[in-house]
Amino acid sequence: MGRQASRWWTVWGVIILLWALFPLLWMVSLSFKDPNTFRSESPTFFPKKWVWTNYDTVFSDSLFTSALRNSIGIAVIATALAVVVAMFAAYAIARLDFPGKKVLLSMALGIAMFPQAALVGPLFNMWRNLGIYDTWIGLIIPYLTFALPLSIWTMSAFFRQIPWEMEQAAQVDGATAWQAFRKVIVPLAAPGVFTTAILTFFFCWNEFLLAISLTSTDRARTVPAALSFFTGASQFQSPITAIMAASVVVTIPVVILVLAFQRRIVAGLTAGAVKG
Amino acid sequence: MTLTKPRVEAPAPPPPAGISDRTRHERRLGLSLAAPSFVVMVLVTAYPLIYAVVLSLYNYRLTDPAGKEYVGLQNYATVLTDPLWWTDFTTTAIITLASVAVELVLGFAFAMVMYKVTFGRGVVRTGILIPYGIITVVSAYIWRYAFQLDSGFINQWFGLGDYNWFGHRWSSLFVITMSEIWKTTPFISLLLLAGLVQVPGELQEAAMVDGATAWQRLKRVTLPNMKAAIMVALLFRTLDAWRIFDNPFIMTAGANKTETLSFLAYRQNVTLVNLGSGSAISVLLFFTVVLIAFIFIKGFKTDLSQVRGDR
Repeated sequence: MGRQASRWWTVWGVIILLWALFPLLWMVSLSFKDPNTFRSESPTFFPKKWVWTNYDTVFSDSLFTSALRNSIGIAVIATALAVVVAMFAAYAIARLDFPGKKVLLSMALGIAMFPQAALVGPLFNMWRNLGIYDTWIGLIIPYLTFALPLSIWTMSAFFRQIPWEMEQAAQVDGATAWQAFRKVIVPLAAPGVFTTAILTFFFCWNEFLLAISLTSTDRARTVPAALSFFTGASQFQSPITAIMAASVVVTIPVVILVLAFQRRIVAGLTAGAVKG
Repeated sequence: MTLTKPRVEAPAPPPPAGISDRTRHERRLGLSLAAPSFVVMVLVTAYPLIYAVVLSLYNYRLTDPAGKEYVGLQNYATVLTDPLWWTDFTTTAIITLASVAVELVLGFAFAMVMYKVTFGRGVVRTGILIPYGIITVVSAYIWRYAFQLDSGFINQWFGLGDYNWFGHRWSSLFVITMSEIWKTTPFISLLLLAGLVQVPGELQEAAMVDGATAWQRLKRVTLPNMKAAIMVALLFRTLDAWRIFDNPFIMTAGANKTETLSFLAYRQNVTLVNLGSGSAISVLLFFTVVLIAFIFIKGFKTDLSQVRGDR
């Protein structure tokens, strides 16, 4: 590949970057516009005057702050549970031979393809009867379920690459079983577990359909659901700029995770999906 | 001591196929480790689905619980003869076909660039992951406000005056599909990238030595060797697009015939609390997904063993 060709690929790379980031620039720009005057006959891309008002609005609105708390709590708990439950299954799939392995993998595949909308009716009814409608646990349970397939695949793909013989080698060298596990296996397995946690967190952070179906107040409503109910600082003001400010706030964790762990996320997405 | 003695005296071999203690222990451990995942998945999907099948046989509204009565398959007949179901079916199919077709081409191009680019490879991959990670509802708002008359810049930039994108069916579907494409192309492109890196380099070189053009190499070497990856990516994205809900909900609230099947199921079950026919829609939606998966796996021979990891 000549230098000329290499330069062209770089140009295409820049175009892809623009494509990926331009809508974000629009979101940030809109979030800094003045809520009272930004609407016009001929709207511009950048604000005429940059203001922080929208950020003040969203952080002083309990609808948004409680939603942020719910989102963080529910996503973190559901992710932790999904990773632990999936870790057992992934270990079994990667290392052990047992009846029902194929059933488990097929079931995970089936659930990854399952239309969540087909469940909102029965879950809505069941959760009301069980008294967990509009609670954290009412969202954590289905999030855990729908996050499991991705977690199981990603982690079993990672676990399969671990040289498990090293555990025995360490024991031969005089380490106890616990030491061999802690000093040899944990460091090798940790990246896979961690990557799985990031992907699972993204899923829980993003989920919308179940969030609006199984909640009704700010007790458990998450950010995506709250955004769709947001009306702005007053009924006379357009909520657009405030919604964009809230959007910027909830996009920041995503950007941080992507910037910090780009390599791992790519490995996780490709390992879990298409194995060679 | 005769030669036959040990054979007679030997303890009866453990029943079929000689399962050793070790194997039995391994099986038991495997089953108990897999059990929690299994139980959670069955309880939260299979059980409610059966419950939905049962509910779909009743005329049952939460607003009128006393009026609950068994009606057999009547709910299914009502849904399938209602033009609304078919309009929503068509809308879902249009969005799915358009977004998956564009994403396949665009995703392949992106995968190619990510594969070939040497300068700033990490930056491109980082950038592309941001749409993947962003909340779909946020993406829907970003695109909606870009096209909306009073706030958007699109009409100014492209000299479209006061064209109301959300006033017509096709233009609304266009914007919905744009948001869907922006958000999900990264996913398909990473799956295709994983397939691309597995195409043997020697094949490419051999084709080049034989004087094949870049286009011929793509068509005869790269694509055939990526078939498995392409089919898996297509299956996943098709089923994902088929379930589309967030974008139409945020952008149009289903106006101008932009309601999708998931949206219809949500509205019947949660908004109208019409659990009888709502459940019938849920069950039908489930069957459409099964049908699509069946077509891919049997019809297009999509090999999922790689995905499931049971080789």
